[in-house]
Amino acid sequence: MINPQLDSDGNLKHLLTIEGLPKRILNQILDTAETFVGVAERDIKKVPLLRGKTVCNIFFENSTRTRTTFEIAAKRLSADVINLNVGTSSQSKGETILDTVDNLIAMHADMFVVRHSQSGAAHFIAQHVPDNISVINAGDGRHAHPTQGLLDVFTIRRYKPDMHNLRVALVGDVLHSRVARSEIHALTTLGVPEVRVIAPKTLLPTDVEKLGVQVFHDMKAGLKDVDVIMMLRLQNERMNGAMLPSAQEYFKTFGLTQDKLQLAKPDAIVMHPGPMNRGVEIDSCVADGDQSVILPQVTYGIAVRMAVMALLGSGSPSSLQAIGGGNVGQAGNSR
Amino acid sequence: MKIHIKNGRVIDPKNKIDAQHDVYIAAGKIVGIGNKPADFTANQTIDATGLIVSPGFVDLSARLREPGSEYSATLVSELNAAAAGGVTSLACTPDTQPVLDEPGLVEMLKYRAKQLNLAHVYPLGALTRQLEGKLLTEMCKLTEAGCVGFSQADEAIIDTQVLWRACEYASTFGFTLFLRAEDDYLAKNGVAHDGELASRLGLKGIPAAAECLAIASILRIARETNTKIHLCRLSTAEGVNLVREAKKQGVQVTADASAHHLHLTDFDIGFFNSHAHLKPPLRSMRDKEALCQGLKDGTLDAICSDHTPVNDDAKLLPFTESEAGATGLELLLPLALKWAENQKLGIAEAIAKITHQPAQILGINGGDLSVGCDADVAIFNPEKIWKVTPSELKSHGKNTPFLGLEVMGKVQYTLLHGQITYQSF
Amino acid sequence: MQLPNPETLLTDITAKIQAQLNQAPSIEQCAFVGIHSGGVWLMQRILNTLKLDIPFGTLDAALYRDDYAQRGLKAQSKPSNIAFNVQDKHIILIDDIFYTGRTTRAAMNELFDYGRPASITLAVLINRGGAELPIFPNIVGADILLNAKQSLQLSQDTKGKLHLSLEDNSLEESDTAND
Repeated sequence: MINPQLDSDGNLKHLLTIEGLPKRILNQILDTAETFVGVAERDIKKVPLLRGKTVCNIFFENSTRTRTTFEIAAKRLSADVINLNVGTSSQSKGETILDTVDNLIAMHADMFVVRHSQSGAAHFIAQHVPDNISVINAGDGRHAHPTQGLLDVFTIRRYKPDMHNLRVALVGDVLHSRVARSEIHALTTLGVPEVRVIAPKTLLPTDVEKLGVQVFHDMKAGLKDVDVIMMLRLQNERMNGAMLPSAQEYFKTFGLTQDKLQLAKPDAIVMHPGPMNRGVEIDSCVADGDQSVILPQVTYGIAVRMAVMALLGSGSPSSLQAIGGGNVGQAGNSR
Repeated sequence: MKIHIKNGRVIDPKNKIDAQHDVYIAAGKIVGIGNKPADFTANQTIDATGLIVSPGFVDLSARLREPGSEYSATLVSELNAAAAGGVTSLACTPDTQPVLDEPGLVEMLKYRAKQLNLAHVYPLGALTRQLEGKLLTEMCKLTEAGCVGFSQADEAIIDTQVLWRACEYASTFGFTLFLRAEDDYLAKNGVAHDGELASRLGLKGIPAAAECLAIASILRIARETNTKIHLCRLSTAEGVNLVREAKKQGVQVTADASAHHLHLTDFDIGFFNSHAHLKPPLRSMRDKEALCQGLKDGTLDAICSDHTPVNDDAKLLPFTESEAGATGLELLLPLALKWAENQKLGIAEAIAKITHQPAQILGINGGDLSVGCDADVAIFNPEKIWKVTPSELKSHGKNTPFLGLEVMGKVQYTLLHGQITYQSF
Repeated sequence: MQLPNPETLLTDITAKIQAQLNQAPSIEQCAFVGIHSGGVWLMQRILNTLKLDIPFGTLDAALYRDDYAQRGLKAQSKPSNIAFNVQDKHIILIDDIFYTGRTTRAAMNELFDYGRPASITLAVLINRGGAELPIFPNIVGADILLNAKQSLQLSQDTKGKLHLSLEDNSLEESDTAND
């Protein structure tokens, strides 16, 4: 099956899911993100790469924080940004997804950042846009949240550069989590040897081991000697859906407290995609503690999203063959 | 109108015929197979050289979308699709708008179908009012109006007490119940087989257990109430095993599988292809193989098209929001033939599963070419390869997971009651 | 074609840069910026030779190039690093080979996003002709006129010694400089 995310030269055309992306593309994004971390630390936090381009945030599912980081990322690349919160606009008047998308295409948007409550929505939109438009999946149902997965491995790489020697544990509601799926694909593709999931049976997808993870139902066993702990958010609906009895019992069995943290390696880092439910999945003292890298995740999130947009925002590099002589892409040959 | 079909290979599994024979038709009936009746002068001759002459196909489930969903398809378009697919008799489900729970609606439907004269339509009446699973329908009146059995379409009867009583009542009169077994709670909001693929794609799964639990309940109730049950669209390996056991114990049960489930699995969903969004969902390779084997060893009695035309807009949505179903009448033949080929069986075995076996389940005449019976005939080329494209399909529903693929087996002529209803060029 | 010895050229431009610095109002207001990768190697050698304690930085300018739409981002971008305050500084911008002038334009645009320099002096090892913009190097080691099918590259071996190589597709043969 042709990978809809790559063009015929194997370059990234859309970012819909980490699953199926070759390692070199993940590394390309992560390496490019390194460049952008520096940009954020300057006084002028902008580069002109996407000047004159229009990025549309099409959020069929509300999220101020994710939308804001994409907006900041796009603006730091000098792009113009349109925010469409579909719940309040024509979609609720019965307009189909494709009609909404077609309207934005007619307004000459160049890049769509899409969040939707249904799995597969980003793939669906990507199939229907013309060749010059790129789609970035900002979260579709419980399927994927690739930029989150990328910023999480970027963060890990910064603190633990030797990815081939790590033990990583994901804790919490894997069943409903697009973040978890993207994180698992990123970690396994990049060659992290041991990826664990720790959760009660009701919060694990069927056949989850086939994604390349080891399953634990006991925090004490699961966190032993772990280098990275990735916490997942627990939503209230899980109690209502008879998957869990209460937030309190969840905190007791699967919440990350200071003493459970001691079971991991002493220099283990603690991550969370946010927003956090303090006292449910994570204790405040851990979230605010020395081992937490939750705030740096946010900073790196902007750099990673800038990298994704920068890689998608150009024309096809294969068209460069026609441009100017033989001095193509060689170091030391200034033009 | 006297018609002479010459030089064809006649395959009539019920009468165990598989040989070169000419077929003679007069006044809408078959008047001779191989033996030309005296004084027979044909008005029309059909040259069936290289073709197979078989009974017109009998389909256990086709949604015709009338009354109510004419946006998706109409009686005219879908009965034309039936004719193009060689289907001369079909049963339609009661999930129309309004639901087929009133004799008047059934009569109207039968009347309209008769006017069109493209295929025999045998409605399945609603088992409960409005398909709500609470109150019984007037099954006797509905049968008088033309229903050949009763169904809940895709709506479960959650209340086991109601299910029990519906079975008992139907059993009083010897009616057959056509039920698709699925536990409503376990299947709620599910759109794909609960397994590795659904987990990867983040789609809510329907576990195989949802079907098996329901089959076990239905079979138990059927046994105790002595009701004739037909289990529609089996999709699981365990389900096939349960039916096999029940048949051994003498329970009056028959079962079918949809043609799609004999060839596709959940992996055919690919990158969220909504054309592969079906009910029941496409399941694993193991389930698919069990269904194929179950048909072969007689546990499953028939292959069904499960024809469900869906308009383009309802498929042009993210997978979970898309409407489930695939158009199937015109693919029934090629998919049945492919099943036989994969199982190393002859064409006759495939034909049996789409002619006299389903006819027997519906309790109707048809599905064979006996002298004296209605001349409902399908003449087809088993080797003809054709590409499944929107323009090739007569159905208004262009929704099929086989879109863009090539299939083998195409009908050239269809005759209903001795009249040509379809002819391809 | 006989290529000059890059080590000799380096000595030459180092002297010219020293002369330039001598003319600046005060050494504290000067800074070096090298353009990756060749310019950075040269800058390190020049700093070692002149034994100056002045601020320096590196630029990649990949994010400011004018061919992003056609070529996309290069996979091997190295991050720019300008740790000092650009405002009011006299900057010596160092690159290895000057060709069309576009890299210089991109580098200057990036530099201006850090602050407003008092002046920029462009120093290059070789000017190979072919400027497409009204931008020219101030300090040049050698002028070597090349055509569009020829490609000149500076490299540095493991001992830190500089080498020049020429790939000539116009004649369909390669010439490698001997040192």
